[in-house]
Amino acid sequence: MNIQYLSTDFLILGGGAAGCWAALEFCKRSQGKALLLEKANIRRSGCLAAGVNALNAYIGPGHTPQDYADYAKNDAEGAVDEALLLSMAERLNGTVQKLESLGLTILKNPDGSYATRGWRNVKINGENIKPLLAGAVAQEPRITVLNQANAFDYIVQGDRVTGAFAIAVQSPVLYVVTAKAVLCATGGAAGLYQPNHPGFSRHKLWYPPFNTGAGYAMGVRAGAKMTGFAQRFVALRCKDTIAPTGTLAQGVGAKQINALGEVYEQKYGTATMQRVRGTVRENAENRGPCYLRTAGIPQEQDDELAKAYLNMAPGQTLRWLETAPPSVQNVEIDGTEPYITGGHTASGYAVAVDRATSLKGLFAAGDAAGGCPQKYVTGALAEAEIAAHAALQYMQDDPPQAPDATPVLQTLNAYFFYDTDTVDALEEEMQGVMDAYAGGISRQYTYTKEGLAVAESKIAAIAQKSKSCAAKDMQDLVYILELQERLVVCQAVIAALKEVCA
Amino acid sequence: MSILIEESKCTGCGACTQVCPGSLLKLQDAKAKIAKPERCWGCCSCLKECPVQAIALYLGEDMGGRGGRMHVQKEGHLLHWIAALPGGATKIITVDSRDSNKY
Ligand SMILES: Cc1cc2nc3c(=O)[nH]c(=O)nc-3n(C[C@H](O)[C@H](O)[C@H](O)COP(=O)(O)OP(=O)(O)OC[C@H]3O[C@@H](n4cnc5c(N)ncnc54)[C@H](O)[C@@H]3O)c2cc1C
Ligand code: SF4
Ligand code: SF4
Repeated sequence: MNIQYLSTDFLILGGGAAGCWAALEFCKRSQGKALLLEKANIRRSGCLAAGVNALNAYIGPGHTPQDYADYAKNDAEGAVDEALLLSMAERLNGTVQKLESLGLTILKNPDGSYATRGWRNVKINGENIKPLLAGAVAQEPRITVLNQANAFDYIVQGDRVTGAFAIAVQSPVLYVVTAKAVLCATGGAAGLYQPNHPGFSRHKLWYPPFNTGAGYAMGVRAGAKMTGFAQRFVALRCKDTIAPTGTLAQGVGAKQINALGEVYEQKYGTATMQRVRGTVRENAENRGPCYLRTAGIPQEQDDELAKAYLNMAPGQTLRWLETAPPSVQNVEIDGTEPYITGGHTASGYAVAVDRATSLKGLFAAGDAAGGCPQKYVTGALAEAEIAAHAALQYMQDDPPQAPDATPVLQTLNAYFFYDTDTVDALEEEMQGVMDAYAGGISRQYTYTKEGLAVAESKIAAIAQKSKSCAAKDMQDLVYILELQERLVVCQAVIAALKEVCA
Repeated sequence: MSILIEESKCTGCGACTQVCPGSLLKLQDAKAKIAKPERCWGCCSCLKECPVQAIALYLGEDMGGRGGRMHVQKEGHLLHWIAALPGGATKIITVDSRDSNKY
């Protein structure tokens, strides 16, 4: 493996929604250079790869940022930081306008205002949202994009984060990138728990299986303060395809019904987690399976739904084509395995209002940042703006010196000499442990103090074994690093759940 | 959920290998290959990029897939989704990126 040294002003880890936006905002406000480091390719990476259905965070007429903060606080089932919520909410509508100026199709009312679904959602065609962002980044000469580069550790000098280590996914290169300020925008973590379909379709998750919690793990290892890891996000999704349900529930007004045809959502409430918990209860009390009642909707709605799902979750449209359309057949629903994502709940880096983490020189935005749930796309963009401004303020020092990367290189190279190929097996073992002892699907998301103690020791043992996995190429090495990241996040989740039980 | 690549159609242009969010596609002997189909997320980024519709989405049997295959043909603002269904029927749904979702 060769070492390549790079330096920049603003290093951004993860070129998803928040990462791309932060790079653009930074260049708008300064003459500096930004380096966007992305494990895949910013054209289609992260949560936005397949497209999105709507802009879910917006403040419609007659409402205020405070209303949004209040809504998010009420929906949350754990501590949130109101100051963070408010600072995000104030910027939401501005980001919608900017997205439109980049070419995003947004539905308008006859008077030119945005057409909303409820007061918080803007109707769009979100299939191409990621290519639009990537296109804007490509037009800014001061942004360097390093695609297919997987970040795995911060460079910490004294009490400051001064860059990151990354490896190329396709070629034998270790990148050592130093910067005056660093933004973590690597998204949240999927793949910690056994998924709905643990066999061949085990990557048919809601949250992208390629967001492995790298940024969280890097923060934990560097000693950053984290928050809200007990607030796991369980999504209510279309069974099997794990496609979003909001379009059916809010878009065509489909109610949640049990096998007896009873509308059960009122019984439990309609907050995000209540919808999931109600479904779990109905199943547990032998009134499942549960459905969204779509049978009987007009056939024109079938066509519009087929298109809407192609724009974000094409598998669901294929399911309808292979079986029967929603007007004929109710859509079965189910809870997913738990995810950790600061875009929906409050888990992630503990940040100040300017999105500075507890480590000097390190900022966080989007799903990586905690304390501020219900961000969705526009909230991630809002946080990216705030973080870019703060990073700019922070950057006064001379560029940091590159560290000696030889020890890091030696650790990585060692994996090429081991002969036990165990990543897939260890990942399966980890997901099974989390499922059984840390509140996965098979335990209806419940856990006990005793179970968590078992999980803790089993995950520690898997972490130990992961240190001698074998790699034959760079892609294997990425898989090993991803497994180790997930294990660190699992440990953080278990520790947080133990506190809940205490 | 995963994808199939029709080798006879693939021209080896490499476009799909650039965009997969999981870097799952690689060129091998001038053909695109997916080494670990079980790692596919089903996002369809690769389908949209392929100029000759060599890539199809399908639903795995473990999630109740019935054998349908869906391709994408891009034409300016339009995405034509072409589904070859189990009974032999073909269904085409066209989405215009200038039209917003109704729901
Ligand atoms: C399936 C799905 C549908 C959604 N639909 C909607 C919707 O309709 N409306 C809405 O408002 N919101 C929606 N959301 C939420 C919204 O997409 C996210 O909240 C938002 O994209 C978060 O932005 P982010 O930048 O934090 O994460 P992402 O956009 O996921 O970006 C993270 C980036 O970091 C990269 N990365 C990860 N690890 C590394 C590493 N080690 N090194 C380098 N790069 C790395 C990833 O490849 C990715 O590009 C949806 C989310 C999902 C998962
Ligand atoms: S559908 Fe998405 S995840 Fe699957 S191979 Fe294509 S680009 Fe990759
Ligand atoms: S984009 Fe299509 S033609 Fe090009 S390499 Fe991929 S499968 Fe082959």
